[in-house]
Amino acid sequence: MEIFLLVLTIFMIVGSIVAIESKNLLSSVISVGIVGFSLGIIFLMLGAPDIAITQVVVEILILVILIRATITTDNTAIEKHKDTFPVVVSLIFFGLFLIFAYFAVQELPQFGDPLPREAAAHYLENGAEETGAMNIVTAVLLDYRAYDTMGEATVLFASIVGSFVILRRRGRKHRKEEDTEKVGILEDEDIKKNFEGF
Amino acid sequence: MDKMDKYIKDSKSGMTPIVKTVVRFVMGIIFIFGAYVVLYGHLTPGGGFAGGVILACGFIILTLAFGKGLGLSKLSDTWASILDNSAALLFLTIGFIGFSGGYFFTNVLGKGKEFALFSAGTIPLCNIAIGLKVTASVFAVFLTLSIFGRFISKLVDDYEDDTEKE
Repeated sequence: MEIFLLVLTIFMIVGSIVAIESKNLLSSVISVGIVGFSLGIIFLMLGAPDIAITQVVVEILILVILIRATITTDNTAIEKHKDTFPVVVSLIFFGLFLIFAYFAVQELPQFGDPLPREAAAHYLENGAEETGAMNIVTAVLLDYRAYDTMGEATVLFASIVGSFVILRRRGRKHRKEEDTEKVGILEDEDIKKNFEGF
Repeated sequence: MDKMDKYIKDSKSGMTPIVKTVVRFVMGIIFIFGAYVVLYGHLTPGGGFAGGVILACGFIILTLAFGKGLGLSKLSDTWASILDNSAALLFLTIGFIGFSGGYFFTNVLGKGKEFALFSAGTIPLCNIAIGLKVTASVFAVFLTLSIFGRFISKLVDDYEDDTEKE
C-alpha cells in the first residue's frame, strides 16, 4: 500500500516538473491535471471519500476553466533568462532545506498514527450522538469547527470578488477630465465654469 | 426543451449537434446528482462544497456546449453575484441563530432520527447555503475568466488602448 503511495507521489512530482518546464501552455495545464487526479486517488486509497470527491470535481473544473482560458491566448512560451547567481543560491537553499527536512521527518510519528488522538477519538465516539449527522466529516466541518468553514467561505468570497473586479469588461470607466479634481489656486477658466450659474 | 431544440439545430453557437444532444440528456442527471450530494451531505460522503462544484460544472457544461446565450439565460452574471451574496448572508444568519442557544454556530434545532433526511439540526441548512454559494461563485469565476475577460490577450489590448489614449 505504501509502495503505491510512493509511486503516485513520484508521478505527481514528475507531472509538476513537466508542468513547469513545458513550453506549450496547454500541455502544462494538462500536466497540472496529473497532480490533482493522482492526489484524488491517494485520498481514495487512504479512506477519505469526502475529500476525494471534492478533489476530483475541483480538478475537472479547474482543467476545463484553464483550457478554456488558455486556448484563446497566443502566449505560449515565456522567454527565459538564466543567471548563474540565483541558480546557485537557490540550489544552496534547496540543499539546506533537504538536510533539515531529513532530520525533521525522522522525528515525525509513524504513518497513519497521529500524535494528538484525544480530539479525534472524541469526534469518532460522540460525533453521531452530539450532532445527529451520520457523516463524521460533515459533523466536524459544520458543527465542531464551523468557524473554519466560515473562514473558507470568506476566502472564497474574497477571491471571487477580486476576480470579478480585476477581470470584468463591463463597468470599467475610462478616466475623463471631468473626473479629475483640481486642487490649488483656480484659473480663470475654472472660475468662469464654476460660477456660471450665478 | 423547445429552446434547447432550437439551439441544437442552430449550428453557429457552441459545439457540434452530437455534443449538444449528449449534454441535453446528461444535463438533468448532473443537476440531480449535485442536488443529492448537497442535500445528503450529512449522511453520505460529500457536502456543500463538493455538491456546489458539481452543480457549477453542470452550468459550465451547458455554457460550453450551447454557447453563452443559453448559459447566461439560465444563470446570468448578475444573478450569480446576487445568489453568491445572499447565500453567504444565509450562512452567517444560520450562525447568528446559534446565539439563541448559547454561542456562535450552536446546533439549536432538533437532532431528529438517525439516517433521516431531516436530521442533524442546522447542518443540512449550512450545507444548502454553502452549496448555493459555491455554485454561484464558481460559475461567476468561469464567466469572468472565459467569456467576459477573454483573459490575458484582451487585457493586454485594453492596457494598450488606455496607454494610447493617454
